[in-house]
Amino acid sequence: MSTETIHDTPASDDGHDAHHDHHIPKGLMRWVLTTNHKDIGTLYLWFAFIMFLVGGAMAMVIRAELFQPGLQIVDPHFFNQMTTVHGLIMVFGAVMPAFTGLANWLVPMMIGAPDMALPRMNNWSFWILPFAFLILLGSLFMDGGGPAFGWTFYAPLSTTYSGDSTALFVFSVHIMGASSIMGAINVVVTILNMRAPGMTYMKMPLFVWTWLITAFLLIAVMPVLAGAVTMVLTDKFFGTSFFDAAGGGDPVMFQHIFWFFGHPEVYIMILPAFGIISAIVPTFSRKKLFGYASMVYATASIALLSFIVWAHHMFTTGMPVAAEMFFMFATMIISVPTGVKVFNWVATMWRGSLSFEVPMMFAIAFIVLFTIGGLSGLMLAIVPVDFQYHDTYFVVAHFHYVLVTGAVFSIMAAVYYWLPKWTGKMFDITLAKWHFWCSLVSVNVLFFPMHFVGLAGMPRRIPDYALQFADFNKWISIGGFAFGLSQLIFLVLIIKACKKIGEPVSDQVWEGAEGLEWEIPSPAPYHTFETPPVIK
Amino acid sequence: MSNQPESEKGNAAADSSSNDELSSPITHKTRAELAAQNAKTVKKLVFVVVGMLGFSFALVPLYDVFCDLTGLNGKPSDQAAIYESVEIDTSRMVKVEFITRTHSDMPWEFKAQVADIRVHPGQMGEVEFYVRNPSDKDIIAQAIPSVSPGTAALYINKTECFCFKHQPLKSGEEALMPMKFYVDPQLPKNITVLTLQYTLYDISARVQPAVVVAMNNS
Repeated sequence: MSTETIHDTPASDDGHDAHHDHHIPKGLMRWVLTTNHKDIGTLYLWFAFIMFLVGGAMAMVIRAELFQPGLQIVDPHFFNQMTTVHGLIMVFGAVMPAFTGLANWLVPMMIGAPDMALPRMNNWSFWILPFAFLILLGSLFMDGGGPAFGWTFYAPLSTTYSGDSTALFVFSVHIMGASSIMGAINVVVTILNMRAPGMTYMKMPLFVWTWLITAFLLIAVMPVLAGAVTMVLTDKFFGTSFFDAAGGGDPVMFQHIFWFFGHPEVYIMILPAFGIISAIVPTFSRKKLFGYASMVYATASIALLSFIVWAHHMFTTGMPVAAEMFFMFATMIISVPTGVKVFNWVATMWRGSLSFEVPMMFAIAFIVLFTIGGLSGLMLAIVPVDFQYHDTYFVVAHFHYVLVTGAVFSIMAAVYYWLPKWTGKMFDITLAKWHFWCSLVSVNVLFFPMHFVGLAGMPRRIPDYALQFADFNKWISIGGFAFGLSQLIFLVLIIKACKKIGEPVSDQVWEGAEGLEWEIPSPAPYHTFETPPVIK
Repeated sequence: MSNQPESEKGNAAADSSSNDELSSPITHKTRAELAAQNAKTVKKLVFVVVGMLGFSFALVPLYDVFCDLTGLNGKPSDQAAIYESVEIDTSRMVKVEFITRTHSDMPWEFKAQVADIRVHPGQMGEVEFYVRNPSDKDIIAQAIPSVSPGTAALYINKTECFCFKHQPLKSGEEALMPMKFYVDPQLPKNITVLTLQYTLYDISARVQPAVVVAMNNS
């Protein structure tokens, strides 16, 4: 295990940042061989951004087909591949790697550690990821096409009615899972063992707390996903009958196993976002975070509750009323700790000395829009109405509000918040404001009308629709194209920032920012905290 | 959580500004000590990963056990019941309906000889199901039962059923398959109608005909 960046005696004061630098290889090999948490964080973030654009391009195909009723641009089988691979890429290729990238960059800097605990494994957990997605994307070019059974790969769609590319799908999910598990183990070990002297658990920044809990969720449920895809593989290719009634299996059991993974998974994609917002809101309110301890306990209770609500995805499979009641109420209880969080953010802003820099704009948009997504989730939790909403665009609206205006907006907020620390230069604020306002308007044009067409009964994952949905779908598609184009502004801004164009920033960057990462120089040196800081 | 006292200790130490007393994860830790500590944590976490992978496969038998115990999911027992001379509850009648269907790629004709029968709980009932293989190949079938309402699955006891065995039919052959059952008198009073559905699957690709003959003769 390489811990070459750690001094034998952390107390020694003669640590020179510079004397390691001549080890860094130049060019491509620097990135292939790197064990530096900042390099790996950058790799993760770029990978996530590229996957965000690839998955976004697929969403554009979906919206182009749905621009008007009828079948015009792609055939239904390809449409199904687009919805499937769009979902898989956005979940496993964009949101999760982006959070892992932020964890790599920030967790060591926030707890005063010199690097992640297991730097070489860190290199592996990133570099297997591009291969997973090459396999997944490559399967689209096979005879019979790529996976077309939805990102949830319900049996028997994935076992009986799928193509040969299912094997590639399964292997790519295995690799993604291995990557996530290694990343999560690294985060847990780093946080448990590498904190600076005096950095007690209840002094850790909330981003560190939320990531610690997220990492435990990942370690608990990614193996279950690996088990589920393995069962699909053997059912399809090796004659087992886990999910085949003819051989004594049960297709409904697939849904139980999948959602036992799947529901904690959705919290994996939102808990780090809570940590990000809890860092940004106090900075631009110039106040301490309201209710730090309650935030920690709320995060932990959301994580625990996430294991006992999975069947709310399956109300229409036919469950006894007692089970439906249990899962309904368990789901509704989650809104209590989530409500605590939203309350705390608002209370932090209350009578604060607010200023509206770009990260704060994204954070406020997150709070408002994520709450809309949470509210529609609460509606979906109600059993009798779920029977109507199930598999309609209302569900699509719900999870895009929590994942796009929730998780993705929080990632953008995080990038704007910490980017000046990473590059040492302020990003192009004018471009950033354009990016924010274009995204904010278009994302609501894109996803808000989905509530209406969903309530009116438009089913999801279908390439055609009844005529009465035509006007709304036109607007949804226009919003979709606008949101997609808005992200190109972000791309230009990031490229400019990486070329270090912009005004130099101070070490603290934002007036009111507090935490160890703001005490080191901007840009953050290649090696930080080789001598652990003392936490006051 | 047990972190609270630690936090207070940290605060108290900070207040008295004696940095030596801070509880510290990595003070005085050498590189070797840290590596050993990390290895220990990794070992524990890998144990959890392996355990959860095992758990995902353990869910398969657990699911069946859970369904058997609770009768959820409408899965009746796939074992023949033994008819004990139970007291026949003549005070009420239960209507048992039969639905037959074949899976999408299964060419057989399959129907119950009667659409429904009425029995007292505890009374034996017998129904015959007609099957014909109109295709030009020999096919082995497996019938999978499902009971609605699902919670009634626990109360339907079959002493003989074609669904307990593989059913081979040569091309053009036809047969009558018997099913004998009784409804447990413990059946909740609010259930007056039971629907028993059989789905017929073509499992020729999964089993060898010789094995079926041997199994069914034994």
